[in-house]
Amino acid sequence: MASISLKYKSKSGNLTAPGDVDPGAMIPLATTTLSTATATITFSSIPQNYEHLQVRGILNNSATDAALMTFNGDTGSNYSRHRLTGNGSGAGAASGVNNTSIAINGLTGFQSTTSVYGPVILDILDYVNTSKYKTIRSLSGTENNTSGGIEFNSGLWMSTNAITSITFSTVSGTWAQYSTLALYGIKRAGA
Amino acid sequence: MPLPSTMTPIATTTLTTATATVTFSSIPQVYTDLVVVAHVKGGNAGGAEVYLMQFNGDTGTNYSRTELYGNGTSAASTRASNNTSGRAGRISGSGSSEYVINTLNIMNYSNTTTYKTWLVRENEAASWTAADVGLWRSTAAITSIALFSNSSYNTAVGSTITLYGIKAA
Repeated sequence: MASISLKYKSKSGNLTAPGDVDPGAMIPLATTTLSTATATITFSSIPQNYEHLQVRGILNNSATDAALMTFNGDTGSNYSRHRLTGNGSGAGAASGVNNTSIAINGLTGFQSTTSVYGPVILDILDYVNTSKYKTIRSLSGTENNTSGGIEFNSGLWMSTNAITSITFSTVSGTWAQYSTLALYGIKRAGA
Repeated sequence: MPLPSTMTPIATTTLTTATATVTFSSIPQVYTDLVVVAHVKGGNAGGAEVYLMQFNGDTGTNYSRTELYGNGTSAASTRASNNTSGRAGRISGSGSSEYVINTLNIMNYSNTTTYKTWLVRENEAASWTAADVGLWRSTAAITSIALFSNSSYNTAVGSTITLYGIKAA
């Protein structure tokens, strides 16, 4: 029996030919796994043909610090956020307005303990829309067997620009070797 | 060879008899993250229990977690260290009409350089909602996950647990 060449329909194509495969609504765009300690992790030239973005990964920070997220290189006072947190002894909440970034895992930071990497899952909604400010939500945490923190975040970037790049920096320290972030595009119906 | 979807169902178990432990074994090592969706009811007539898990059959004191929860009255946070299992969520009591939904994201499960960590969202509409972060202090790749109720109660008939793989670029 003759084999059929398969076509990977990851973007806006329709399934037309025999053997075409629909990879689903969630498309892997880029992955960064650090081979050496690095101050910032950036996803650039982000394709503009998805509805939402998701970032998933694990982070270890040499200074036990938060991830500071900025879009399109904008370091102006254009970000705000709210967070709901738990640190093992109590629940808490905090907010920030007119910030120069959105702080993720700001309560406890991502741990510096060797081999301990904190998980983060972050959704960026309607990132190509040029008539809305951009909003994000995240769930992240850190746990090292002697302390830990779990954190919900909502964030706002007060810009109607489409998001073309995302940078994760930190107040101090660096992202440790083996820190990993993966970017996914979430398709809209009919795409 | 067909290319897989990014989020791929690996295995589903729907219980037809009450069962102490549901185990996913021989987990493929070709994904980046694992997602477990556990829609579960338990066997404790006294009410809900903690839903637990162990990786690779490890029963050592290598698990810890921090939790943020709301119980309808207040929000609070707890944590535990040196446990013999990881927290996978909640499981309702035998008298409940509810199957609790627990969604677990187990990150970078196949790497052999970092301890394994996960996030849980627990959704027990009757009395509880929570989020957890967990740690398994092992750099071994996760090849099996055993899920079970605290205090050795069975997981009830009709409970459904699905394992998914998520593949990065």
